[in-house]
Amino acid sequence: MGNKFMRNVYMVPYMVWVLLFVIAPILLVLYYSFFDIHGNFSFINYERFFTPVYLKLTLSSFWYAFLITFISLLVAYPTAYLLTKTKHKRLWLLLIIVPSWVNLLLKAYAFIGIFGAYGAANNFLEWIGIGSRQLLFTDFSFVFVTVYIFIPFMILPIFNALNSLNPALLDAANDLGASKSTTFRRVIFPLTLDGVKTGCQVVFIPALSLFMITRLIAGNRVITLGTAIEQHFLVTQDWGMGSTIAVFLILIMFLIIWLTGFRKRGA
Amino acid sequence: MRNASIIQFRHVTKQFNDETVVLDDVSFEIEGGKFYTLLGPSGCGKTTILRLIAGFIEPSEGEIFFNGKKINQVPANKRQVNTVFQDYALFPHLNVFENVAFGLRIKKMKKTAIEEKVSEALSFVNLQGYEYREISEMSGGQRQRVAIARAIVNEPKIILLDEPLSALDLKLRTQMQYELRELQRRLGITFIFVTHDQEEALAMSDEIFVLNKGKIQQSGTPIDIYDEPINRFVADFIGESNIIKGKMIEDFLVEIAGKPFVCVDGGMNPNEPVEIVIRPEDLEIRPEGEGKLSVTVISQLFRGVHYEAHCRDLEGNVWLVHTTKKIQVGDKLGLDFNPEDIHVMRFDESEEDFDRRIEQYTEDESLGK
Ligand SMILES: Nc1ncnc2c1ncn2[C@@H]1O[C@H](COP(=O)(O)OP(=O)(O)OP(=O)(O)O)[C@@H](O)[C@H]1O
Ligand SMILES: [Mg+2]
Repeated sequence: MGNKFMRNVYMVPYMVWVLLFVIAPILLVLYYSFFDIHGNFSFINYERFFTPVYLKLTLSSFWYAFLITFISLLVAYPTAYLLTKTKHKRLWLLLIIVPSWVNLLLKAYAFIGIFGAYGAANNFLEWIGIGSRQLLFTDFSFVFVTVYIFIPFMILPIFNALNSLNPALLDAANDLGASKSTTFRRVIFPLTLDGVKTGCQVVFIPALSLFMITRLIAGNRVITLGTAIEQHFLVTQDWGMGSTIAVFLILIMFLIIWLTGFRKRGA
Repeated sequence: MRNASIIQFRHVTKQFNDETVVLDDVSFEIEGGKFYTLLGPSGCGKTTILRLIAGFIEPSEGEIFFNGKKINQVPANKRQVNTVFQDYALFPHLNVFENVAFGLRIKKMKKTAIEEKVSEALSFVNLQGYEYREISEMSGGQRQRVAIARAIVNEPKIILLDEPLSALDLKLRTQMQYELRELQRRLGITFIFVTHDQEEALAMSDEIFVLNKGKIQQSGTPIDIYDEPINRFVADFIGESNIIKGKMIEDFLVEIAGKPFVCVDGGMNPNEPVEIVIRPEDLEIRPEGEGKLSVTVISQLFRGVHYEAHCRDLEGNVWLVHTTKKIQVGDKLGLDFNPEDIHVMRFDESEEDFDRRIEQYTEDESLGK
């Protein structure tokens, strides 16, 4: 009994923290979503969310998040695989992780410099004879920069999954007649799928709610759910609509976690 | 090349990173349909030999032949060899059926054929009805059987088993020893089995290779190796033994503890210093004054089936004796043994010289009669 009581006591700060910074804000967001711009209780925001403007916004948000996640995965998987083959793999991993510690805005500003009209990227294009062109404020630069920012979060879980793979399993597959590519398809990939799922979660969900980057790099050409929330709270002052979008964002996140967290029975 | 040999190593050397020599000029032949055991202490290169046969690694020097064809460069997935790994290496994301079917699926076999073969392989290892279990739901002994089924289902020419019993408890282990041996007889496939347990090797094998420090010390049937170990290492590693310094006075006469004894070995130089081996179970306890040696009991242990006693002779040599007679520490006794229980070993004799000498003096012996 006393033991249980003590354990509950230790839980108190954690509970308070969760209550104050997780539960309360979500409830507040939910509460605000039921008020229109004049402060009257209504479902108007929910109705508005299902109008083409917001549905298109949601769809385009999804599309960019998908693109970012997919490209990150394409780059991260082989990178993580090569990392596990290097001699000082922990060091290499650290070198890849370090940039993620740098403030996001700082990196965004750096890319403005690089992709700007007289930036390094255009200098390079001039030099190889393609000629300078508009790079900043394009879909390309937006996806490029976000992939760059998110990629360490994709590499890390995949690296861990690959690294903890029992090498005897690869020998076993080889022994049973599997070529390198068959071994990858039938053994390596299925066994690192959990790492891939985690990586996709930690990239897809933040990518859905991106803002700032959209303005700095994509020049507001790309409007995501995150940007819309920001605009409603800070520009149009329509807290109700902003909260409604946030509610949907939260629902979508749970859906994604549920979908990707789905495990095979018995595994 | 003789037809019967399925695997042949010719002067195979293996080094990792150009440093330590893990296998040093190893040559041997393996015949089809037999149960072979690689026996040796940890780190002697047993797994390395298996990996060379399986094709996971290539020799640094020398040649490996399979059915007379050189296979140094043939990759593992193209060899008719399957391995039962030490930790079984079963695929954790696949159930028992899919684990066993793995090799067949790669061969793109028909679905019905796969089902038939998998269930046949599973019944071979007594695992009918476990098809749809997950690997995590199987016990150690069952996993081991799945690993064996996964290997035999491909009908390889050779099955390599890397200490497959080492993770099992004693009882299951003994049971699996019988089952494995029985399985090999039924299948008629060559088994190459790795262990560092000499009793296991003696019990199961048609032929044993004793390895130490990357070299084959001796090869032969369990009885040959037990009765006629080539050197101190083999005598010591296989079973328990008394290894005592002696002198070969002439053929069939050896000096032990200062006394001459008739023996059955020969072919050495006159008065050559040698080591002799007498197994503890070959020593008979006699009353004081009888037998060939006079000894004093210095320690005794009860081992269940027998007593294990250490006795010191007049020259100071200590003899290990197994006896069912009750004796006391401090007793003065006689020790008796037969001429054929004495096995004489020369220092630094190679296996070829050993075989040649044995052939030589057994001929001499039969001529003399
Ligand atoms: N990939 C490798 N790189 C470097 N050295 C290795 C490698 N594989 C094995 N060795 C070395 O080769 C020697 C023999 O190894 P091996 O695995 O063949 O021993 P073993 O007889 O199977 O031993 P055990 O009974 O402990 O399994 C050891 O000293 C080991 O350290
Ligand atoms: Mg080994």
